[in-house]
Amino acid sequence: MSGGPVVDVTGLWTVYGDLVVHRDLDFSVMPGEVVALVGGSGSGKTTLLRQMLGLERPQRGSIRVFGVPLHTCDAGLFKKIRKRWGVLFQQGALYSALSVFDNIALPLRELHAFDADFIRDIVMVKLDAVGMDKRHASTMPADLSGGMIKRVALARALVLEPELVFLDEPTAGLDPDSSEAFVKLVRDLHIKLNFTVVMATHDLDTLVSVSDRIAVLADQKVVVCGPLDEVVRHEHPFIRDFFLGERGRRALSAAPALQTN
Amino acid sequence: MLVRDPDVQVTVAGDGARVVHLSGAWDIRALESRAAALQSALRDAGPAQVSLWDLTQIQRFDHIGAMLVWRTWGRCRPGRLQLRREHEIFFGACETAEAVASSPAAPDRFPLLLALGRGVWAVSGHVLEMLQLFGQLLIDAASVARQPLLRPWREFSAAIYKIGVQALGITALVGFLIGVVLSYLSAEQLRLVGADVFIVNILGIGIVRELGPVICSILVAGRSGSAITAQLGVMRVTEELDALSVMGISNTLRLILPKTAAIAVALPLLVLWTSGVALVGGAVSANAELGMSAYQFFTALPAAVPEVNLWLGVGKGAVFGVLIALIACHFGLRIQPNTESLAAGTTRSVVTSITAVIVADAILAVIFSDVGWS
Repeated sequence: MSGGPVVDVTGLWTVYGDLVVHRDLDFSVMPGEVVALVGGSGSGKTTLLRQMLGLERPQRGSIRVFGVPLHTCDAGLFKKIRKRWGVLFQQGALYSALSVFDNIALPLRELHAFDADFIRDIVMVKLDAVGMDKRHASTMPADLSGGMIKRVALARALVLEPELVFLDEPTAGLDPDSSEAFVKLVRDLHIKLNFTVVMATHDLDTLVSVSDRIAVLADQKVVVCGPLDEVVRHEHPFIRDFFLGERGRRALSAAPALQTN
Repeated sequence: MLVRDPDVQVTVAGDGARVVHLSGAWDIRALESRAAALQSALRDAGPAQVSLWDLTQIQRFDHIGAMLVWRTWGRCRPGRLQLRREHEIFFGACETAEAVASSPAAPDRFPLLLALGRGVWAVSGHVLEMLQLFGQLLIDAASVARQPLLRPWREFSAAIYKIGVQALGITALVGFLIGVVLSYLSAEQLRLVGADVFIVNILGIGIVRELGPVICSILVAGRSGSAITAQLGVMRVTEELDALSVMGISNTLRLILPKTAAIAVALPLLVLWTSGVALVGGAVSANAELGMSAYQFFTALPAAVPEVNLWLGVGKGAVFGVLIALIACHFGLRIQPNTESLAAGTTRSVVTSITAVIVADAILAVIFSDVGWS
């Protein structure tokens, strides 16, 4: 990574039958940034995220991650890239048949590079890093609360020390307290480990408190991508409704960058 | 900046002190391929407390690298350590997260006896729960009888279609082939003793009384039993069962009763269909092997196979159907909200229902051993 963007999407088209989801969309993320993707329901946030993960293939355009075009590179290179990113799915996507410990240990075991003792130590470090009690190591995912599922999923996403982390709705389904705690955790880990974050979110508080830049998806493209104060000044009906509605004002009033307004 | 491979070097300073230098990239991507080699290199560098550890030349570092070094230190910091400020947090994480060794559970003293006891306990639990389910279904059926217009007739007819109509093709194919094979094998033997005409008796009794109901039930158990278990299991996983309960809609009345009733109605009809097609297959084969015409075959059939056999076959179909439905629903309702349990539950449901069908068939064969002979 020599200064170039970590994620670089250019000229992206996504079409489902007659429905155009993305029309000539451009989007990029620089190293160490936290970029939030916002947009109404059906604006194609999740689709874009899935395309950046290589789970879906766009009709046209290129997606480069770490400078490598995802959809045209060979399988070996793609596999290496997949070890360099971590993904937190919206519902956590913990493997329901495995305990918390085994969920986090799975990616490490797949490397076939470390012995069981070493893996156990690393899993304990990761559990500790996301603020989970070690007593929960042998718990099954079905017995965890929503907040704990997110934490375990985050630990699993971070276990291979990724340089890039994708978060899909990190606070969806959490109560305000655990949502705030989770956002703080992500922010702290980001400061400590300096990974790049791309997240799709609806949650204004999350946006305000962690993101460096915000990309607004509307009209099938990224209408604006910049720091919060720049985005808020942009004239677009969606932005006006989203940020300057009552809920938006309340969240923005907490943002230090905007206190001068 | 060029990132070098991880490296360990030991030098001896002027005053005779050993200095261990670590340099290069000590992150997961560099260590992935050489963890074991580096671990032994670190161990060769000597006991942690003796040397000065110089980690300032490390270019990339993470928890994995830190843990590798930490473990060779014996899980404590060496007395003399030089470390970049930004790498401090990785050792901090190692320090705070001290692995708790879980004490293994004490071994059981009588493992076989315990396993037997657990098995008996589990089986009796299943039987008891299935009886409860059956009882609940009877109560629900009574309430349907009281208010027939308000009840789930649409679910019932949908289930009839799925369990019965959609199975017509596969049961016909299997039945026809079984008829052909059985007829062919019997014909070979009967020709030896010149008892050609008895092929009608063998096929008639064998198919109408035994093979038709059993084969049909096994097919339905595999086809619809597994589907019912999986559907109820997924509804448990996605909390749809709970959603029904809180709306005051009875799970058994809305989901289980229509399916059970549908199997109990559809399976006897399928048994008739399968037996009929199997007899056609038998007649075709008898025609080819023994030169017996289809007319001859089917006019001899009523004399060879008393009518009661037909009712026995249909009755068996109904009994097997209720068994299959009860077992499938029972295992479906017991599924825990995880994928492993879903897989195990579905497997258990199919295996149990096929076994139950065959056991029930044996019991019925004994009970009706002196019924239906010409």
